Amino acid sequence: MPKRGAKPKAKPKAEQPRLRTVGKNVDRAEGVDKLTGQARYIDDLVFPDMLHGATLRSTVPRGRILEVTRDPAFDWSGFTVVDHRDIAEGGGRNVVAMIVDDQPLLAENEVRHQAEPILLIAHADRARLAEGLKHVTIRYQPSEAVLDFERAETVLKEIGIARGDLDAGFANAEIIVEGIYRTGAQEQLYLECNGMIAVPDADGERSGMTVYGSMQCPYYVQRALEGLLGLPRERVRVVQTTTGGGFGGKEEYPSVIAGHAALLARKAKKPVKLVYDRHEDLLATTKRHPSIIRHRTGLLRDGTIVASEIDLKLDGGAYVTLSPVVLSRACIHATGPYRCPNVRVRGRVMQTHTPPAGAFRGFGAPQSQFAAEAHMDRIAEALKIDPVELRRKNLLRTGDVTATGQTLKDSVTAEEVLDRALRRHEKALRKQKAPKPGVLRGRGVSLFFHGSGFTGGGEVKLASRAGLELTKKGVRLLVGSTEIGQGTRTMHAQIVAETLAIPYAWVETADPDTRRVPDSGPTVASRTCMVVGGILARAAEKLRAELGDYDSPERFRERARVRLKSGPVKVIEEYRRPTDVVWSDETYQGDAYGAYAWGCNVAEVEIDPVTYQARCTHLTAVIDIGKAIHPILVEGQIEGGSLQGIGWALYEEVVMRDGKMQNAQLTNYIIPTTLDTPRIDVEIVENPYPGGPFGAKGVGECPIDGPAAAVVNAIFAATGRRLDEIPATPERIMKVMAGPEVMERRPAKVSVQ
Amino acid sequence: MKVSFSLNGKPRKVKVAPMKRLLDTLREECGLTGTKEGCGEGECGACTVLLDGEAVNSCLVPSCQADGAKITTVEGLASSKKLSKIQRAFLACGAAQCGICTPGMVMAACALPKRPSLDPIREGLAGNLCRCTGYMKIYDAVEEALGK
Ligand code: FES
Ligand code: FES
Repeated sequence: MPKRGAKPKAKPKAEQPRLRTVGKNVDRAEGVDKLTGQARYIDDLVFPDMLHGATLRSTVPRGRILEVTRDPAFDWSGFTVVDHRDIAEGGGRNVVAMIVDDQPLLAENEVRHQAEPILLIAHADRARLAEGLKHVTIRYQPSEAVLDFERAETVLKEIGIARGDLDAGFANAEIIVEGIYRTGAQEQLYLECNGMIAVPDADGERSGMTVYGSMQCPYYVQRALEGLLGLPRERVRVVQTTTGGGFGGKEEYPSVIAGHAALLARKAKKPVKLVYDRHEDLLATTKRHPSIIRHRTGLLRDGTIVASEIDLKLDGGAYVTLSPVVLSRACIHATGPYRCPNVRVRGRVMQTHTPPAGAFRGFGAPQSQFAAEAHMDRIAEALKIDPVELRRKNLLRTGDVTATGQTLKDSVTAEEVLDRALRRHEKALRKQKAPKPGVLRGRGVSLFFHGSGFTGGGEVKLASRAGLELTKKGVRLLVGSTEIGQGTRTMHAQIVAETLAIPYAWVETADPDTRRVPDSGPTVASRTCMVVGGILARAAEKLRAELGDYDSPERFRERARVRLKSGPVKVIEEYRRPTDVVWSDETYQGDAYGAYAWGCNVAEVEIDPVTYQARCTHLTAVIDIGKAIHPILVEGQIEGGSLQGIGWALYEEVVMRDGKMQNAQLTNYIIPTTLDTPRIDVEIVENPYPGGPFGAKGVGECPIDGPAAAVVNAIFAATGRRLDEIPATPERIMKVMAGPEVMERRPAKVSVQ
Repeated sequence: MKVSFSLNGKPRKVKVAPMKRLLDTLREECGLTGTKEGCGEGECGACTVLLDGEAVNSCLVPSCQADGAKITTVEGLASSKKLSKIQRAFLACGAAQCGICTPGMVMAACALPKRPSLDPIREGLAGNLCRCTGYMKIYDAVEEALGK
């Protein structure tokens, strides 16, 4: 059996300095607490006098609220009740502050989706909450809801990317291949549900609010609470507690639940805990945007892509949330990692009366690259050429130009990851036994890339800050990036220890508390290592220079102690834009990202001819991330992200009826268990990016961009039938393999010019 | 009703409603919050504890059923700050990321036979969901702790 997780293959570089901490698998900073059950997650915390909160939600997808009545016969003593009027009375604005202020924190006169929050209650006894909710009745005047985004008319956001001359490109094409691809919603399914505790400051209701909770972005929550509570920023304190997974699901939604907890706490003048159970979390919180993506591609007979037209639609749900940014990333990655002189991408987010979609690992790129990579195999089929050779012919190389007009300079490794993945997969499965009689087996490939950090000028606007302070022992990181399982604390500490040439154990991290740490920007977008890690490295260099040259860690400590005698020593640095990154939000042209991670998946899939159940039995993932600061953490990111991709491809289906999720529990929203999980065989490739700390690029999201297409392409290889929609459930596979549609199955729509 | 059991080696008596979930009794009455809730319906295994040596989902066990039993939770594994073999292996292999599934996963691993091969590991842990790791590092840790 091949060993999982091979050692990263560093490129031998002439004068690479010997690294002492970076690249080593040190123990996870908060690991012991997590292993012994000592780590405190939000639901583990109890405050004196604390109440428990609950949320009353809409039961129609769209309508006017005619009346909200509380049963007068019910004993309401001990309950705190909050509705939208409390927000205005408290001097705040009833919006969830995000990109567009269109979403109320509590519905006023109308509801626009199922499970929209309308009223909040709190009580000291958690058991009484359900009763309380039962004694509130809401009368609606329902109106017609738009539930199907393919038929929706309201566009929440539109983006266009154009380069070259599309008509001329198609005129030159010898063959045109078209395809339509669909992906479903997906729940992040962090195993710790969303939850917050709001604690009003002891001295009166106007004085301030502290919110503790499970979140990715404390400063997003702070900004949201400021406007909602009508408080100056410094009186809103937000503290991240140990967070049981996020995957984007705790990027923007925490602002909602934190707001609710804070409103209850302000009115009750007591701490209020609001923690969702799984059912509520599934019903009410954001999911990955469903998509429908059309590709029309013009090619020469030898497989050269000469024209590419892509139309992409996402289901945004009822409110804007982060959809514009998700759309942006979807569009920029829509061509896949391929060259094409003539491109037009049109992307739209449609508004429907369903719970808003939001951030989820990959942020639009998994959808658009699923389509791109499934389409590549359709093209290969139409041209009767090998899918790998088709990819090789068109993949981006150093010096090539992307759809946004970016000339790729550093760390461009599409071909390298492709070759390595094919070799590795072949080698691992050389001795594979033949499948059981009747079982169909196929192999599929996908090639993908993922931009690290915020798009274009995004990082400049964020102007993230992070830094260090000297301690008696060493240094403390002052950074607003959150640890959500991915290893932020560990990896940041390694970068700083290495830069300061001190032991890893001397570096600690301040708790992510808006009162203690600067705003390092959100913990999203594969930016925490490359961007924030880079700022920390710079802060460490500055500190090192300030202390004067020291030749050993002991000397560092001596100097630090001397300096500390004359007061605290702090170094805070701000993001600096690499001078060669140019971007225009108006034309969508320029350097979309400073660096890209590159990835290739090869999937082995078996299909049971009786049940039509597809199983992925082996997935190879080769990803170039520049530099693995901590190889085991990186492998963990790749393995975990890959499995989420497999789940999305095969099992995870959000079933909606009347705008409401029907399978809002873990019994029927299925994420992969150990038994559904293939061997995930990872190889890390390290082609350093000069702009990242020790050459590191982003890693968190890239791994989820590829598995779905590799799986679907493997299903095609096994069955000869194309499946253009995921999840590839037995029903869908049966439909393409045996259903009546088989007879009228439309092969790739190919027109020869 | 009064329920008495041995909790991590120490006798313990609590007064609870007989149908109160053992999970809540452990977290609220005994103050041991290491045992987590991920679903409350027996699907995720985050609430796994050992009941008389057997791994059970404490969200499905009524407290009355624990009367007279021997319960081990994640808090009972390390002795005076020294991690148990399984905990140590989880840490070294990177088997805990966000950590919310970890206590349950570790308890389920404790109930595995010695020197398990991959299939029994996968079967033994099939009731414990992890959304972060993709399970590979968890297999590594179990193999390292229990021997191949
Ligand atoms: S909480 Fe008990 S199995 Fe999920
Ligand atoms: S480590 Fe996060 S769910 Fe397992």
